[in-house]
Amino acid sequence: MKHTLSVLVENEPGALSRITGLFSGRGFNIESLCVAPTMDHTMSHLTLVTTGDEFIIEQIIKQLNRLIDVYKVVDISEGEFVEREMALIKVRAEDETRAEVLRMCDIFRCKVVDVSPKTYTIEVTGPESKLKAVIELLKPIGIKEITRTGTIAMQREKKSL
Amino acid sequence: MEKLPGKQMVVEALKREGVDVVFGFPGGAIIDVYDAMEKDGNIKHVLVRHEQGAAHAADGYARATGKVGVCIATSGPGATNTVTGIATAYMDSIPIVVFTGQVPTSLIGNDAFQEVDIVGITRPCTKHNYLVKDVKKLPRILKEAFYIARSGRPGPVLIDLPKDVQNQVAEFDYPDKIKLRSYNPVVEPHTKQIERAFKLIEKSKQPIIYVGGGVIISNAHKELRKLAESIYAPVTMTLMGLGAFPGTHEQSLGMLGMHGTYCANMTMANTDLIIAVGARFDDRVTGKIEAFAPNAKIIHIDIDPTSIQKNVKVDVPIVGDCKRALKKLVKVIEEDGRPKEVWQERFQPWWDQIRAWAKRHPLTYKKEPGVIKPQYVIEKLYELTKGKAIITTEVGQNQMWTAQFYKFDEPRTLLTSGGLGTMGYGFPAAIGAQMAFPDKLVVDVAGDGSIQMNIQEMATAMEQRLPVKIVILNNQFLGMVRQWQELFYEKRYAATEFTVTPDFVKLAEAYGAKGFRATKPDEVEETLKKGLEADGLTIMEFAIAREEGVFPMVPAGKATTEMLLV
Repeated sequence: MKHTLSVLVENEPGALSRITGLFSGRGFNIESLCVAPTMDHTMSHLTLVTTGDEFIIEQIIKQLNRLIDVYKVVDISEGEFVEREMALIKVRAEDETRAEVLRMCDIFRCKVVDVSPKTYTIEVTGPESKLKAVIELLKPIGIKEITRTGTIAMQREKKSL
Repeated sequence: MEKLPGKQMVVEALKREGVDVVFGFPGGAIIDVYDAMEKDGNIKHVLVRHEQGAAHAADGYARATGKVGVCIATSGPGATNTVTGIATAYMDSIPIVVFTGQVPTSLIGNDAFQEVDIVGITRPCTKHNYLVKDVKKLPRILKEAFYIARSGRPGPVLIDLPKDVQNQVAEFDYPDKIKLRSYNPVVEPHTKQIERAFKLIEKSKQPIIYVGGGVIISNAHKELRKLAESIYAPVTMTLMGLGAFPGTHEQSLGMLGMHGTYCANMTMANTDLIIAVGARFDDRVTGKIEAFAPNAKIIHIDIDPTSIQKNVKVDVPIVGDCKRALKKLVKVIEEDGRPKEVWQERFQPWWDQIRAWAKRHPLTYKKEPGVIKPQYVIEKLYELTKGKAIITTEVGQNQMWTAQFYKFDEPRTLLTSGGLGTMGYGFPAAIGAQMAFPDKLVVDVAGDGSIQMNIQEMATAMEQRLPVKIVILNNQFLGMVRQWQELFYEKRYAATEFTVTPDFVKLAEAYGAKGFRATKPDEVEETLKKGLEADGLTIMEFAIAREEGVFPMVPAGKATTEMLLV
């Protein structure tokens, strides 16, 4: 089962390596990892996607909390949350496929961020499922290169009527 | 505010943290701290012969006293030599602070002479570690290091000090107290959980108290004894828990697990309630996890939440300090529980069963005429020291025979590497313990294999005039591995036989110590007496039955009820 963990960690050298070291040392899995500073520059926010049964996830959360540099760990996939990921995809775009790629961009609300005679580089943002769909559809046209950010996520604010 | 160079900050911090002795070995990258220590003159330094010895000695000092042990090494090989000692302390939750020298900050990453990324290397085996790049941060880091090492679940902390930082000057603002937003171990157990635990105890008919090293670390032995006596429950201990409850107490079942007593393992297998205190359900204790205590509910008290629910499912987790949790639990039992006699009567059938197990297969060994049995040596050692010595052990058969046949009544009297199982731990640890308690009898029980892993510390002990007593059970084998080969590898003794071992008596003499040897059973007592009573460092070597095994034994991966017996 996939879990998205939101981790607040001291912005100290070595903090990230403690976290990734913990995952490799204890045989846990990292599917994606995304780190950036928060409003408070002494803290970093880390979104980590991992898989495991409830016991493994419990251990992962406890082990993360045990690290001195880790301030807070929340399994945000336990509740309602929004997640986004961005990808830059360089796709072959020659003669007959150029229009096709643009059409696809339109449908998925992607942006073309770089153009060359033989390629388009497009920017796509959305939940992982959307990225997956775009990639699948562009594959037959010919993806030359792809980079992804990994998921970032946030709990939804409780809505009241 | 006073301005100090980094090297002097280290010395000031040691004094303020109440450190009276440090163990170490100098080198180019730490020479400045040594110089500051020498100038100051208030801190006793024990010069070891190998940095691993320094780390183990600091660890032995910490285990014997409950205080933070400190060791110092230089950069590169000095630092890497401490790693085994750090990992040993990490696995057994022992508070030590390790200082290492580092090449100047301008050279870090350049593959400079004696440079190694020790912070990177020790990241997975320290509770926390620091590379100090700014001397202004050093006072806070020093304070944090000691605080982190000793609080919560204790552990080793390493501080890597680049040579230039040791000489840079800054204000020495040493905080009295420290609060870290990201580190707040839960010490006070939840009252609701205590009540839930009490309800389970009330319902139980066949409980057992399962005690680990956490009870010793939190100094909770008195509270533990109170709990055990007020409900009249049997008590079993892990290797690390030995001494937390008196081994001679009528409610003690001795050690459990791979080489535990038949009675302890059978009781554990048939219990309906495990009250686990400061223990972590290690694989050496549980055996095959699917077959472990199938009918038991589990109450688990531990300060480290990661220990709870890691290996077994727990019904009532209690996160907090063992001492506080036990105090609360005893209070509830005394106020709301049954009178002592009623508990006693309720558990009588359970005790009848336990006594029957104890009678069926007590701890024993076969005597053979003319051959020294190692168990006999330990029994005699126990008799002659009246169970009052601080015993350290190496790892392997010597360790297990000691755990089985020496009855530890007091906490902090058995110092042994449980988690990591480090051969070569016992002797330097004994040096650390003897530094802390110059007047106590400190005995290292060793095998001929493990004593040779840190034998060089003989010189350290001689130099410090430490009267450590070394008992060597010599079978010219790496006995525990040989035992596995005998039992599970059709007696193919691959690389376990020593065809050459030194003459340990002469070796003792070469270092200026005294050596004694026994080759027959009737020489055992005499040799022990001579060795224990002689002044200064002594070695007592016993030529023991070569292929003696440690029993009972639960083969690795088997259920704890599938014990091989004598």
